[in-house]
Amino acid sequence: MRTWLRQHRQAIAAALGKIAAQRSAAALNAFAIGIALSLPAGGYALLASLRMAAAGAPLEPQLSAFLRPDAKRAEAEALVARLKGDARLREARFVPREQALQELQATEGLADVVAALNRNPLPDAFVLRPRTADAAALEELARELRALPAVAHVQVDSAWARRLGALAGTARLAIALLAALLAIGLVAITFNTIRLQILTQRAEIEISKLIGATDAFIRRPFFYLGALQGLAGGMVALAILWGSLTALNVGVSELAASYGSSFRLAFLDPGDALAIVLFSAGLGWFGAFLSVSRYLLEIERI
Amino acid sequence: MISFSAVAKRYPGGQEALKGVSFTLGQGEFAFLAGHSGAGKSTLLKLIPAIERPSAGTVLVNGQNVGALQKSAVPYLRRNLGLVFQDQKLLYDRSVFDNVMLPLAFGELGSREAARRARAALEKVGLLAREKANPVQLSGGEQQRLAIARAVVNRPLALIADEPTANLDTESAATILEIFAAFNQVGVTVLVATHDEALIGRFAKRVLRLAKGSLAG
Repeated sequence: MRTWLRQHRQAIAAALGKIAAQRSAAALNAFAIGIALSLPAGGYALLASLRMAAAGAPLEPQLSAFLRPDAKRAEAEALVARLKGDARLREARFVPREQALQELQATEGLADVVAALNRNPLPDAFVLRPRTADAAALEELARELRALPAVAHVQVDSAWARRLGALAGTARLAIALLAALLAIGLVAITFNTIRLQILTQRAEIEISKLIGATDAFIRRPFFYLGALQGLAGGMVALAILWGSLTALNVGVSELAASYGSSFRLAFLDPGDALAIVLFSAGLGWFGAFLSVSRYLLEIERI
Repeated sequence: MISFSAVAKRYPGGQEALKGVSFTLGQGEFAFLAGHSGAGKSTLLKLIPAIERPSAGTVLVNGQNVGALQKSAVPYLRRNLGLVFQDQKLLYDRSVFDNVMLPLAFGELGSREAARRARAALEKVGLLAREKANPVQLSGGEQQRLAIARAVVNRPLALIADEPTANLDTESAATILEIFAAFNQVGVTVLVATHDEALIGRFAKRVLRLAKGSLAG
């Protein structure tokens, strides 16, 4: 156990020594990896920000039925009772016009607009959540509601949310594809760097093998080298992302403020940031693994 | 310690380097492996640390059948053998001391004990004063002694040397042989391949003579 720990300590020291000996090459590698990784990481961060902004949006089908402004409250209450008894609906919520105004006032960006009104322009409304998401069934329900004398307008609310959901799904897929491609690129970068490093240490590896070094012993420093390079690349990616978001946020927050919103692009949460660095280190390790394994196969005869 | 029985080695090209080689080298024995270049000396020596595997016959080292050894067991076999190569195989990017430390890096010793061992090995070959030098700064004889120090630092059971005196003057060659003899006296089995008959003549030791891949006499 102590031998094992000592050998790992020595392997890490050897890897750090190699990085120190080739500072500029190591820095360039970290940048290449970092820039490659910052693209999908940035896409992921943007998507996370948008998702947070859209978190309030219902993705379940929802119908809004607005009553005529002159509809009596009694009419409305009769309708509530009827809709609550409708088996096709999971929930029927009555939103009186006073409450609707309050909700609007609480909505970001509209507070000033509402304050400027001198009377409540909103009608009484129902928010209905049907049991089915089937478009035809929803349309049928909407038509029935439209036919009621007290109802002025019916709106199927879920459509835009579903579109946003589909768009976000596509964006996520695109980012995943980009991440996969760049991950392969990262492995290739590490593969090559480690290969070059191996070639400069060819004599040492060959002699070590001849005098009794195990393959594991020969591999170890290169694994650490690959993983450290990936780790550095991951940190560069986070730095690039942080810098870019900070720069973008100057414009974004100005734009959002003009709509009365405090929306900002958020940096990755600590868990995601850590995951990116570890993922990058893992890919570096994998690139080193492929490179060393290949080389050891080449010199297997020794 | 080392035992060959009916060993043959054929290289992929069909060239037969060794045929029907049988001999036994006991623990603590000293033997020369003589023969012209191309007689198969290097091939024979390479079979002992499993650098090459026999095409036929068995090679036993310390009771282990080397030809049948798992790939993963080979490093542990080699740690019991001190190998001295024809071209020394020194590392010129580090000091004399660090060259000797190399085999200890993958051993069990802590770094203080390893350093003590490395200095002891350098002292035995008379290079302790040069420990900080680069191998390039050493003479041919000194480089060969450094190679020996590296071979013995792990206290091997046997020393296997391939033409250790090939490029040395008579005096340096004799020094190298005396170092081998000194290790032999403390119980290390020694097998030295050489084509230098004059050198063999100066030491009254057992001689295994190879000619065209077969042992003569």
